[in-house]
Amino acid sequence: MGLDEILTESIGTLALNKVRTGLAMLGVIIGIGSVITLVSLGQASQKSVENQIKSLGANLITVSPAGQNVGGVRGAAGGGTTLTLADAEAIENSSEVSTVTAVSPEYTGRSQVTAGRNNTNTQIYGVVPEYLTVRNVSVANGSFISGQHVSSQAKVAVLGPTVVEDLFGKGANPVGQSIRIEGQNFTIIGVTETKGGTGFQNQDDRIFVPLTTAQKVLYGVSHLSSIAVNAISEDVVDLAKNQIGYLLLDRHKLKSPEEADFSFFSLTDILSTASEVTGTFTTLLSGIAAISLIVGGIGIMNIMLVTVTERTREIGLRKALGAKNRIITAQFLVESIIITFTGGFIGIMLGIGISYFLANSMSLPFTMSISSVLLAFGVSVAIGMVFGRYPAQKAANLEPIEALRYE
Amino acid sequence: MIRVFKLSKIYRNESAETLALKNVSFEIKKGEFVAIMGPSGSGKSTLMHILGALDKSTSGKYFLDGTDVSKMNADELADIRNQKIGFVFQAFNLLPRYSAVRNVSLPMMYGGIEKEKRHDLAIKYLKMVGLGDRLDYTPSQLSGGQKQRVAIARALAMNPSIILADEPTGNIATKQAAEIMEILQELNDKGNTILIITHEKDIAEYAKRTITIRDGELAGDKKNGTR
Repeated sequence: MGLDEILTESIGTLALNKVRTGLAMLGVIIGIGSVITLVSLGQASQKSVENQIKSLGANLITVSPAGQNVGGVRGAAGGGTTLTLADAEAIENSSEVSTVTAVSPEYTGRSQVTAGRNNTNTQIYGVVPEYLTVRNVSVANGSFISGQHVSSQAKVAVLGPTVVEDLFGKGANPVGQSIRIEGQNFTIIGVTETKGGTGFQNQDDRIFVPLTTAQKVLYGVSHLSSIAVNAISEDVVDLAKNQIGYLLLDRHKLKSPEEADFSFFSLTDILSTASEVTGTFTTLLSGIAAISLIVGGIGIMNIMLVTVTERTREIGLRKALGAKNRIITAQFLVESIIITFTGGFIGIMLGIGISYFLANSMSLPFTMSISSVLLAFGVSVAIGMVFGRYPAQKAANLEPIEALRYE
Repeated sequence: MIRVFKLSKIYRNESAETLALKNVSFEIKKGEFVAIMGPSGSGKSTLMHILGALDKSTSGKYFLDGTDVSKMNADELADIRNQKIGFVFQAFNLLPRYSAVRNVSLPMMYGGIEKEKRHDLAIKYLKMVGLGDRLDYTPSQLSGGQKQRVAIARALAMNPSIILADEPTGNIATKQAAEIMEILQELNDKGNTILIITHEKDIAEYAKRTITIRDGELAGDKKNGTR
């Protein structure tokens, strides 16, 4: 008697009691379905968080001046004046720093800005053209600060969408008009694309001017507030930090990293923490869903035990006609595996459907990993084997005469 | 063919021991038609279970076709039941949702006979018991006599050494009972060895030899007059 015949017999028996088979299956369907849905949604939100962080630039490193020790009193971080344009140029040109694609020296200040009768208080960014690539910003309208503007200390400005709204009203095109910053007239040459808030600050509430203009014309300083650097890839961020660190130590004539008058910040640190948090949530939720699988398995065991009792006479007859114990075991085991396998399949389909629907309605990226589908299949078959084993053995161990006499 | 020697069976439970069979010895040759008679509780069912390899004796020997059945394990007993013995039960014991053909095919499935061949053989045996026009009927669509004829066809399926019929007419009307016994007689005429267990004298008279069991002991063994 081959497996194909055992399968036919089992399917026939299960088909006789469709309601019971369906109810037994339901436990597995719900269990597998919820595991699949929760894992998929967990991965989707993880991916979404990662994407949001990456949109800020996962390979971005920000070098800031450290607070300075003046007579033993440590100043505020970022308040120092140790970073200069020459440092930025060195990072870009040094042969020791091999992992960097673009460098954006920046100086930020805060000023009251007026346009006609409207005014606002916003961040003024002194930048170079590389800012666009390094900070992942694009221009919606007009053009950005050029190298020519930087070298000539031109009085031109590029506005963030929030500033445009504040000064000119929603949807206005201010390119060509002028604004006053610190009492000086600037011509607006462009507007940047909306980037949205990051949770830290509103990236759209900014005005960009040439770096030299900000330093010399507006604020009268020669240092930088930060240097933003793009590493070649996310994987070399740490190496790039090292290379830049030693270059700056050398330039600042400092002997050891403990004396550094600058510090690094990169999004990879946040990225790994965020992934860990969402990952923990996914595991936790899947764990809860897995409990429902166990409950489903117990349900199957229960129903199989009832079936064995109901079919005692049939089992006795089959044994009297020559069925060996292992054939009886196989038949009952196959029955419970069919229940869990089919339930698992329906559960997976249902889970994919639900998570696709939920991902769409929550505008998360839909993800479904082959590994979790395969795992779900494996688990459902395993549940059939584990919870079907006891009833199957109980059936096989029935004595044929006792079973035949059973009423 | 069948030889039992000093067969005893003791049932034990916590409180008591029951001696169901006491030193029963006899021999049945190929082609015989034997009735085992006895009142209920005489131990004839126990004897039938042991002869049918459904149960084991406590002591004594049971040889079937020269092999010692009393020493076999569960799997070997299953093979004996499948290949050497054809059962006909009082309560028919047909699978209710299966057609007559599938019921007859069942022992052949466990005997490893191919699907197509099984089907053909099942039809052949059903025709032999006069049910050629009821092949696809399920037991609930058949009368008691017809059910028992399906059971006889099933017993023939593996071409066994012996057909064991336990009160084959116990659940059917008298007229149909006669038909069943005539079928068994025909099969015996064709060379099948048949053993029936009964407590009814007129049923036992269809056989050529009657073994009587009383209180677990052999109480008689005689040839029947030809009818």
